[in-house]
Amino acid sequence: MSALSYQPILPRPAPRHASGALAWLRSNLFSDVKTGLSTIILGGLLLWFIPPFLNWSLFNAVWTPDVQACRAVQESAACWGVIAEKYRLIIFGRYPFDQQWRPLIATVLMMLMLVASCIRVFWKPWLAGSWIAVLTVFFILMYGNSLGLAKVPTDSWGGLPLTILLATLSIVMAFPIALLVALGRRADLPAIRVFCSLYVELIRGVPLISVLFMASFMFPLFMPPGLTIDVLIRVLVGITLFNAAYLAEVVRGGLQAVPKGQIEAAATLGLSYWQIQRKIVLPQALAMVVPSIVNSIIATFKDTSLVSIVSLYELTGALDMAINADANWKPFKLQGYMFIAIIYFIFCFSMSRYSQWVERQVNKSKLR
Amino acid sequence: MTEPIIKFEKLNKWYGNNFHVLRDIDLDVAPGERIVICGPSGSGKSTLIRCINRLEEHQQGKLFVDGVEMTDDIRAIDEVRKKVGMVFQQFNLFPHLTVLENLTLSPMWVGKMPKKQAEEKAMQQLQRVRIAEQADKYPLQLSGGQQQRVAIARALCLTPKIMLFDEPTSALDPEMIKEVLDVMVELANQGITMLCVTHEMGFAKAVADRVIFMDEGQIVEQNNPHDFFNHPQNERSKDFLSKILGH
Repeated sequence: MSALSYQPILPRPAPRHASGALAWLRSNLFSDVKTGLSTIILGGLLLWFIPPFLNWSLFNAVWTPDVQACRAVQESAACWGVIAEKYRLIIFGRYPFDQQWRPLIATVLMMLMLVASCIRVFWKPWLAGSWIAVLTVFFILMYGNSLGLAKVPTDSWGGLPLTILLATLSIVMAFPIALLVALGRRADLPAIRVFCSLYVELIRGVPLISVLFMASFMFPLFMPPGLTIDVLIRVLVGITLFNAAYLAEVVRGGLQAVPKGQIEAAATLGLSYWQIQRKIVLPQALAMVVPSIVNSIIATFKDTSLVSIVSLYELTGALDMAINADANWKPFKLQGYMFIAIIYFIFCFSMSRYSQWVERQVNKSKLR
Repeated sequence: MTEPIIKFEKLNKWYGNNFHVLRDIDLDVAPGERIVICGPSGSGKSTLIRCINRLEEHQQGKLFVDGVEMTDDIRAIDEVRKKVGMVFQQFNLFPHLTVLENLTLSPMWVGKMPKKQAEEKAMQQLQRVRIAEQADKYPLQLSGGQQQRVAIARALCLTPKIMLFDEPTSALDPEMIKEVLDVMVELANQGITMLCVTHEMGFAKAVADRVIFMDEGQIVEQNNPHDFFNHPQNERSKDFLSKILGH
């Protein structure tokens, strides 16, 4: 064996002082030529874009509901006065102005309930009971016609309360339907399989707008004369069935990823079909598709904006209505859209952050 | 002779229309008997024992398990599954449940046992397979050998009359095989009826009352382990044994 000569490694210089602003800049923004170049280019773009945007949106903007002032700066600055002027119409739509405390309380209650439902310590049987109570209070407050409250028909409901109601109810109702349809597409009985596949393919094959049109205009034609179902309920059913079809496919994806051995093992333990689905298959399947489920929920939340085409003025529709009707403010619609964009973003971003927490929870069993 | 606890009568099974996986199986298993089934890959060994708890259905012939004929009747299947425990090659533990929850699932939901009682029973079984200290972990936090012992304990929570083992050590690292085999030997000595598909010939020699050799869907040869290993009669068994014992 040849002798290996002993060659000590030369001492290396001590690492450079690695804290402080300069060190941070070096390691994060200028660690090599390419990084340095892209930092300079992106930084330049930001410098070019941000100051004018801040000037437009904040420093030169008009904050008071003053049409003349808004007109004067129209070319160079934002007019948030339009929000100050129209916010109650945007948030509550056509709901009678002097009664708007009712949707306000109803919406706050519903939001508190939604937040509570996301917190683990509240996942108790009474949560379902509280939901029924809160929904009942919501409807009594919104609809009135009892307890001395004036009646407000559902076609006068609007704005954010309507958006939240439609999104919440259609998601909650779509979920069980989606589970059944997803299981149905894997059922042993061909009739069930065909029915579930047909449902999914039919619904997925048409745009939501046409489902809403059918729910709103065609459905009443087939009803016996004298029997009418409230347009809000018809639209709610339409959105629910639509989303259930998409959600069913998401769930089915998860079902397919559960190994067959899991089902066999559960069967040999004597569990029935429904016990196997509930205790073994669905918990694993749903845990795998949390990101896609949240994707669907976020899409549903934003899709509710389409109901304005059947004369239900939720947040987006209410904005249109509030601003189109007033020639003075019409030029400032962009600011209105930015305002509701912020509202939508707050909701959707919260859902997305929440889903990341859920993912961490359901993946705990995989941590070593 | 006592009434057999498992009885195959001219049982035939096909996968699809063409693949004849079990051919004219006749087999009586006495209560308490310990049987090792071996044979080349694809010979139908796993399918044979999976018929016993109806993970596979047969198309011809009859199969009785503890006096119940296996048919499409869901009640008969449920009845039999309560008496038959099964251990799989891939463990098939439920990864989203803790070890203890894996064990209490069936007693609580099928046996309608109160939670506390089910947990006591589960702990007894975990002690039996010497893994009680892992009760609150999740399956994927355990080694393969530990997982398989949990799977055995889970099957034992049914208080089964019959235990089926489908290549229980084939997915394990060599140093973990012994811990699982030790548990199985203990079980065998406690008088439970066992059918075990395995190539662990040491285990077969130590505990089996009978070794069954299968090839191409048929039971080719069956004998007590001593005679089977030392004087195999059939050419195919000789060939098989020379391959697995020849090194």
